[in-house]
Amino acid sequence: MNAPGAPLLAAKDFKSDYKPVWCPGCGDYSVLAAITKSLAMLGLRPENVALVSGIGCSSRIPAYTTCYGFHGVHGRALPVATGLKAARPDLTVLVASGDGDGYSIGGNHFLHACRRNVDLTYIVMDNHVYGMTKGQPSPTTEPDWSSKLAPGGTGLREFHPLVIALASGANFIARAFSGDPNGVAALIAEAVRHPGFSFIEVLSPCVTFRPEQRGWKEVVRPAPVEATDDPGRAARRLMTDDGFNIGVLYKGSRTPYKPANGSSQRIEELAWPFQL
Amino acid sequence: MAVPTLEDFMSRAYAMELEATERYAQFAEQLDTHNNREVAQMFRKLAAVEALHAKRILEEMNWPSMPALPPAYAWETAEGPETAPLDALHYLMQPYHALEIALKCELQAQQYFEGIAAREAPPTVRKAALEMADEEREHVRLIRDWMKRVPEPKAGWDEDPDPPSTTE
Repeated sequence: MNAPGAPLLAAKDFKSDYKPVWCPGCGDYSVLAAITKSLAMLGLRPENVALVSGIGCSSRIPAYTTCYGFHGVHGRALPVATGLKAARPDLTVLVASGDGDGYSIGGNHFLHACRRNVDLTYIVMDNHVYGMTKGQPSPTTEPDWSSKLAPGGTGLREFHPLVIALASGANFIARAFSGDPNGVAALIAEAVRHPGFSFIEVLSPCVTFRPEQRGWKEVVRPAPVEATDDPGRAARRLMTDDGFNIGVLYKGSRTPYKPANGSSQRIEELAWPFQL
Repeated sequence: MAVPTLEDFMSRAYAMELEATERYAQFAEQLDTHNNREVAQMFRKLAAVEALHAKRILEEMNWPSMPALPPAYAWETAEGPETAPLDALHYLMQPYHALEIALKCELQAQQYFEGIAAREAPPTVRKAALEMADEEREHVRLIRDWMKRVPEPKAGWDEDPDPPSTTE
């Protein structure tokens, strides 16, 4: 929670001095800009926000902000964030991941984070490839995407994250496109405001290993219908969706999970074992 | 898209210049990281030019600081007309490429202002839009002149004998 009367900050106040090392043209730059912009829009302060990530290109994000950050273990950002939010419900907790980290290595945590419905905002930068390890197919890679590492394609059906999120109980589901940073910022702000587990899939092109994804800007479009709060209607929409409808697609009303008893320790006591 | 007042129009123009400034600065950082100092420097210059344009709007309007911007900048496209697309970069790009990007942005800005001037708008807005379009036209000319002084990239400029994306 922010102190009353604290001055509002600008997006630049949420940017750290570390310069991102992503490839030029990577969509993740835009997501970073959108996160900092949304935090400013929400009137938050860096000390009241934690950004938790796993492993991969997108998971570098915490270091590039002035918020608290935790660059965790591959696929395990969500359990870390869940523990953090349970212990410190006053913090705004954002979780950053990619399609490999979030849907493959961390796939099981994704299901249970949706089910638990803890008040987190989960931002997955999906480029349909493992970029950091040089181009292996990920769970969202098209079955016929042929590359040196998967000649002829994997032949495997893609993972459908939004459908899985809905079926598992996520309370807010949206899709964004990194080519529209203002739109991504607005969606993140809306997701943070919505109680419970909010999931935003951001289509974030990998211009190095999937240069054809530059063409996404020609095919993305605003979702033709308003967000629904009816899981049945949302399921029908998401099942027939081609993956390029942008906007809030589902806004549920489940009560977020909160532990019955908060931590019995004071912050100083929790911090003591970590002191150097 | 209706632009009802001069203040609204100028706040859009300011937002446009600001967004362009931020994007060029972001590009400079990206190319610094990839050790392409020459093009980073070029983007830094372009950012400085756009920042000057933004400052001039504040001075013309006697605004002591940034005006209240229209919601989501009210662009008809995802980003402002003068904002270069994020995916426009290549780590081996040359100064000429940076100027090509800038030229496209200036042309889009010119068309944006011409579009406002051509629509139903109060005379003060139309007059300001025509002036802005003239300014952008002048920027287009300056960038074209600049491009003549910069070597044009040779074929194969993007070939890297040891590309970072090689899968072993």
